[in-house]
Formats: sequence, structure tokens, C-alpha cells
Amino acid sequence: MAENQDRLTANWIEKRSSSWQDTEASLDALEDRKPVDTNQALAAIRQYPELARDLALARRAAPNSTLTRHLQRLYTRLHRVIFRKPSSLGRVLARTFSRDAALAANRIRLHIASVTCGFVLAGLAGWWLVSTYPELATLFASEEMIEKVQGGELWTDNLLNIMPSALLSVSIFTNNIVVTLTAVSLGVLYGLGTLYIMGLNGLMLGGIFAFTAQYGLAGRLFEFVAAHGFVELSVISIGGAIGFYIGECIARPGHQGRIESFRRAVSEMSPLIAVCVVFLVGAGLIEGYISPDNRFPLSMRLGIGLAYWMLFVLVLTGPLFRRGDLPSAADSA
Amino acid sequence: MNDALQIQSITGVDVELKIAGPGGRSFAFVVDWHIRLLLALAWYVLGALALIGTLSAEAIPDAGSAFVYVVVLPATALFFLYHPVLEIVMQGRTPGKRMAGIRIVNQAGEVPSVGAILIRNILRLVDSLPGVYAIGLGATVLTEQSVRIGDMAAGTLLVYEDEVHSEDIRHLVSPTVAKMGLENLQLVNDVIDRWEGLDPASRVDLGQRLLARLGHDQPDADADVLAALMRIQQQGTD
Repeated sequence: MAENQDRLTANWIEKRSSSWQDTEASLDALEDRKPVDTNQALAAIRQYPELARDLALARRAAPNSTLTRHLQRLYTRLHRVIFRKPSSLGRVLARTFSRDAALAANRIRLHIASVTCGFVLAGLAGWWLVSTYPELATLFASEEMIEKVQGGELWTDNLLNIMPSALLSVSIFTNNIVVTLTAVSLGVLYGLGTLYIMGLNGLMLGGIFAFTAQYGLAGRLFEFVAAHGFVELSVISIGGAIGFYIGECIARPGHQGRIESFRRAVSEMSPLIAVCVVFLVGAGLIEGYISPDNRFPLSMRLGIGLAYWMLFVLVLTGPLFRRGDLPSAADSA
Repeated sequence: MNDALQIQSITGVDVELKIAGPGGRSFAFVVDWHIRLLLALAWYVLGALALIGTLSAEAIPDAGSAFVYVVVLPATALFFLYHPVLEIVMQGRTPGKRMAGIRIVNQAGEVPSVGAILIRNILRLVDSLPGVYAIGLGATVLTEQSVRIGDMAAGTLLVYEDEVHSEDIRHLVSPTVAKMGLENLQLVNDVIDRWEGLDPASRVDLGQRLLARLGHDQPDADADVLAALMRIQQQGTD
């Protein structure tokens, strides 16, 4: 009886082994994500139930054998290939800029407004602190910066003599991207991490402006930030708003579990994060090439800064690529 | 704690994938960290030598923007984009993960989307806090599927992959299976595979008992026992 069973198994392996080899060969091609012809795709679909049956038989004949493990691996690979979602990077990017980022921004518009208000309040608090207690400037500026300002210069003066524009741009946009992503990521701590980051950045900005104002340099500092600052500060506010939204989804997950709610929030906000990162790269290039260059007058800097900011707002509100038919937050919830 | 991810199929034949724990994940990360660090350093050193002929920082301003675009940016990109780019291109794997025998999958056991891979990499910022991946490691120890925060956000996890290829089952297409059965042949294969790692006295004893069970002569010498087992394994493929 057992010998008969072994003979049947041997016959079965012999009969099916060429099919398994074919499956493995076609899987190598299918997993490459290159276009395959219809016959190849249909063959894979045909092989799937056959392989399922073979795996079930192998599990019964020898549950822990190499053959079973091999068939299980082939079956898993085939399953992944057949049920793989179609994706196109170009289409994803186009949808991100034309629709998904605007939807996400619309969903958190109240958070953006609240965080912007908080940021402005923190900035005013920083201004008041340094105006009232000038010695607190050391909290917001390095010793080197303080010495320069006291000498009637800004630390941004002659920046291009210290560092080439390219290096400056790269270091600036890298730093800004890290700050924004950190503000987003720290939302995980129920939004508290984001609160600290936003508060600290607002305080610093206000404090620095107050400090330079004491030496009559605030106007020049504004001139420096005019071209890049609108988008940069907007992105940081939006990063904070995303962080708060994520924190809120974790703190108040509703009928979902916390992890599921967290996953949904991050997934919803990822197009907005992507757009913010792209605009930060642009702002970094402006800050490296235009802001420190004295040949650009304030009017031109303001023009560039506001035009770039308008572009950012148009992408985030929808009308640039779309027909203004974005669903409201309530509709899309 | 769940140690396997169940993939359900319309055929009714489900598959379980073993979930990688903190050990497998850490091993893969350490390997990848070294690879990306070495690649970035190599690019920086070779690029600097080719462009300015020295590694001295004083010569960098003379090279201007070219140094940034040719040396600094690519080296930085190699280090920071290693994980997202390779995980997308290699469909959830990296060289380190390949060495550890693990891969990233989504909750359905499929290759994760580009967006999911980017999300899990952005959240490294949190997982890496406070500088030594303490949060990430803590999360993998404490969570049900051994995932870090980035994986929770992206809906991904790491599973072990069984590396068995068609060459490994070639010897099964033989009269040996008919003669001794699939399970007995599997025993022979397992003993041969593990021969080198076994204690010499134990492996001879094990080999002799297996040969006796299969009705073969049992030589005394270590090498002869192995040769006898290999003859059985290769009976049909010679």
C-alpha cells in the first residue's frame, strides 16, 4: 500500500516537474514589471489553480519536504504577481499634484488655520520676549550671529563668499525638509512633538526679528527672506498641521483602532507631504541663488516670493490643474 | 504575538509566511547600513580625488558648485535614498534583507506600493529617535507583528522568504522517490545538507541508522557513510 503510494508520488512529481520549471521561468520575467504579452499573463493565471492543487497534494504527502517548500514559494510568488496592483509612477505623480494633495489640504484646512495662528502667536511671543528682555536673544541666536548684528551686519551678508549657492541651496532645502518631516513625524506623539517644534520655530523667528530690529536690521532681514520665506513658512505650518492631524487620529481614533487610524491618516496626508517637499526644494534653490544676491531688489524678491507662494496655494487649493470640483472635507470623509 | 502572516487565496489553499522579528530585522539593517555608508564614502573619496585631487576641505571652495553636484549630492543621496530606492526597485528587498532572507510585504502578503515604501522610510525619522533606533527597536519588540512605527503607518511588515529553487528539487524526479518514498528521501537530503555542521560521531550514527532503515549496508567510516547517502540521493539523476 505504502509502496504504491510512493510510486504514485514519484509519477506525479515526474509529470508535474516540467510545469513547475515553466512557472518558475515565467515568474522571473513577470516579476521584472516589464510588459508581458497576453499569452504569458494568461498562462500565469492558468498555472495558479494548478499550483494550488499541487501544493495541497505535496502538503499531504510530505508536509515539511523541500518539494512542499518549493511549491509554497512558487505559489506565493505567483499570487503576488497575479494580485499585484497596476501602478505607474507618472500617473501617481500627476494625480498627487492635480488632485490628492489638494484633497488632503482641504481635509485639514482647519488644522492649517489653527497651526498658522499658533505659529504667529509664538512668533509674537518671541518678539515680545526679546524686545522686553534683550538678554534672551542668546536663546535664539548663536554668539557669532549676535556679534555680527551688534556690529551692524547680518549673518546672511556675504553668504555667497562663504558658501557657493549650490551648497547653500542643498543644505537649506535638506534642513527644511528634515524640519518639516520631523514636524509631521512627531505628530505620532499625540501631536505634542509637533506642538513643541512649531512653538519653538515660531519663538525663534519672532525672537530673531526682534533682536535684529533692536539694531535697525529687521528690514534687511525681511529683504533676505522675502523671496523664499512665504513658501518656506507656509510649508512648515502645513507640516505642523499634518502632524497635528496624525496626532488627533491617534488620540481619537473613532470606531477604528489606533494603528488603523494612524495608517489612514498618514496615507491620506502623504500626497500633501510630497508636494510640500517639492516646493521646499524650490524654496531652497531660491534661498541659495536669489536671497543672498544683492543684485535683486526688494520689489523683485517680493514678486518672486509671492508668485511662488501663489503657485503653491493654487496647487493646494486645486484650480491650477483642475476644474474646481474637489469634494468638500465632509464629502470625502 | 503573531509569528505568521496568513495569505488567503481564492483557490482555498492558504499560505503562511513567517514574520521576521527584531533579530532578522536588525541583522538586515546593520548589513544595509554598512553597505550604504561604504558606498557613500567611496563615492565621496573617489569623487573628491577625481575633481580636486585631495580630500582637504580647504580645496573645496575652489571647486565651487561642481563639488556639490558631483560629489556631495550623489554621496548624500546614496546614503539617504538607499532604502527607499532599493526597496522600490527590488520589490520590498535590499541587499541586507536578501542576506537575512526577509522582504517587505503588505498585510495581504503582496509587494507594497511605492507610496507605502516611501511612508515607511519617512517615518524612520521617528523610529530612529533618540539616535540609535530605540523607538523602532522597542516597537518591533512590543508589537504583535514585530513592526516599527513606519511599518504601522504604511501597513507593511517583514516576512521570511524560503529560498528553495527548482535545482533543489531536481533530484526528486527520480525512481528513488518511488523506491523509498518522498519523506525518506527528504530525510536523506536533510542529513546530507547538515552533515558538515553535525558532530562527527553523531552524524555517523545518524547516517548508519538511516541507511539501516532504508535497507542499505552501513559502512563504519564517516566519509563512506556520507558517500552511501549521496549515492541514494543521486540514484535517479545519474
